[in-house]
Formats: sequence, structure tokens, C-alpha cells
Amino acid sequence: MAHAEGQQHPISIYFWIWGLLFVFSAGSYMVDYLQFHGFLRWSLIILFMLLKAGFIVAIFMHMRWERLALVCAILIPMGVLLVLIGLMAIEADYTFFTRGIFFGAG
Amino acid sequence: MSEGVQDIVADWSSDQRAFKKVPWGKAMMWIFLLSDTFIFTCFLTSYMTVRMSTTVPWPNPSEVFALTLFGHHIPLILIAIMTFILISSSGTMAMAVKFGYEKNKKMTAILLVVTALFGASFVGMQAFEWTKLIVEEGVRPWGNPLGAAQFGSAFFMITGFHGFHVSVGVIFLLITATKVIRGDLDNERPGFLTGRKGNYEMVEIMGLYWHFVDLVWVFIFAFFYLW
Repeated sequence: MAHAEGQQHPISIYFWIWGLLFVFSAGSYMVDYLQFHGFLRWSLIILFMLLKAGFIVAIFMHMRWERLALVCAILIPMGVLLVLIGLMAIEADYTFFTRGIFFGAG
Repeated sequence: MSEGVQDIVADWSSDQRAFKKVPWGKAMMWIFLLSDTFIFTCFLTSYMTVRMSTTVPWPNPSEVFALTLFGHHIPLILIAIMTFILISSSGTMAMAVKFGYEKNKKMTAILLVVTALFGASFVGMQAFEWTKLIVEEGVRPWGNPLGAAQFGSAFFMITGFHGFHVSVGVIFLLITATKVIRGDLDNERPGFLTGRKGNYEMVEIMGLYWHFVDLVWVFIFAFFYLW
């Protein structure tokens, strides 16, 4: 019975991605180890995080080789989450502000 | 319209099957993972909200999760080791999927068991971490001596839910490995619960779940431990 639908890729690509993920993880650990702070810290953390997430989804989970209809059905709804994060950040900022007024003044 | 957009329109407007050439089990696993993404994002977003809005200083994770190994005080070392273990388990899982489609039973089963062992050691280290935090540091979901009270609830909720995912994954990895080595996937033997016929797509679907667990850890590592 032939399975034409399976994902078949050379094993070398998995070793490459494995190695890359190790490098990125070591990089993000070094951010903490070397005690970077401020803009440098969080921009590096987010950069390494997105690189790792992207390679895991694209290569390990084979998203790169899936049909566009499936890719869009999975990735586009996640955009909604960015709205949630944005709203909650505004809300948290406001809560912090009011706590500063009501707790700080007393 | 570009060719890609035309493909999407054709796929979505067609009868019977929108995700062409995708086994339905795989499509459903992706939909499940999408819903799981929403759950974990809710946890991480509420963590962001409480951390941003608290007026009490947040405990420094770099110090909280430091260990003294061989006389050296190393920040965040246990979490770094756990990260590398989970990434390695993702690597072995990806290769198990590859050998599965090549119908190489022995290599597939070995790699699945190795993945499960990595996963189990990850959960073991997490148990160690929890014990250290609860017993030695006195961290509770409702408060802790290190700083903001919300630290405990966010920590136990997020890492607990992730650890539960890893534990379930380990169990299903062992079940899948048993099926592979018994030849269920070659003989299309029906499953115990569902009666679905065995095939090697099951290994890939298992892999999707496992990579997702690794993916969630990437975000937890960045936002909870490094931030």
C-alpha cells in the first residue's frame, strides 16, 4: 500500500535544525548569564524565541511543506491572540497606574 | 490572483474536504494544537497582566532558579538543562517520524522510546524544581517570601500545565512505540479505543503534539524564566 501523502525529507535537515536550536538556546541563556539588561535583553530574548519557534513549526512540524489552506487555517487565527495581548497590556498598565495613585499616596 | 490564493479559494470552496492531501487525523491534531495555543496564551497573557500591574517587586528568576553545582553558583542552570533536553527530544522525535515513513520499525521504536526518556527526565527535573521551590524557598500559589505574591500562582499554573502536557506526551509516546514494534502500523491493526486502522501517519501526528510541547516551552522559557 503506497502512502504518497507522507512527509519525507533527508535526515540531514533535522540534524541541522537540531544544531541551530541548540545555538539559539545557548544564545538566549547567555543573555541571562552575561546579565544583559534593558532593550538589549528583551530584544535578544524575543529574537531567539521567534527563531526557535519558527524553525520548530516550519521544519520539525513540516509546516513549510503543507498546503497553504492548512497553513492559513492554523496561523491566521493566532493573530487574534496579539489583539488579546495588546488589550491586556493596556489594562495592566492602567491597573498599575491606579494602584500607584490609591496605594502610593496613603 | 496569485496561484497560492487561487489554491486556497479552490480548497475551501470544494465539497467534502478542505485540507487536501492532509490526513484528517493530522488536520484535527493541528486544530487541537490551535486550541491549546489559545489556552497557553491565556495563561501567559494573564501572567503578563499580573506582572505588569503589581506594585511589589517581581522575584528575579535568574536568582530563584540558580543552583550551586560543584561549588559554583550558576544562574538558571537547571532551566537551561531542561531546555536542551526538550530540544533534543524534539530532534529524536522528528527522526522517528522520518524512519516511520520509511517503514523502519526498529529505528522508529528506538527513537520514540528515547524521546519518551528525554520527556520523563524533563518531568523529573521539574519535580525537583517544584520541590526546591515549595520546601526550601517557601513559594506558595498565594504568596512567597521573595516578592510579588502573583509569582507563585503564575509559576505553578504555567509550568504545571506544561508539565502535565509533557507527562501525557510521554505516555502516548510509549503507546505509539508499542504499536510500532508490534507491527500494528504495518498490519493496519485497529486501535484499542477508536478502532482506527494503524498507519505511519500516527507517528507524525504524535510528533506534532510533541513538537508543540517543545514549542510552548520556548515561550515559557523566554517570558517566565528569562524576562
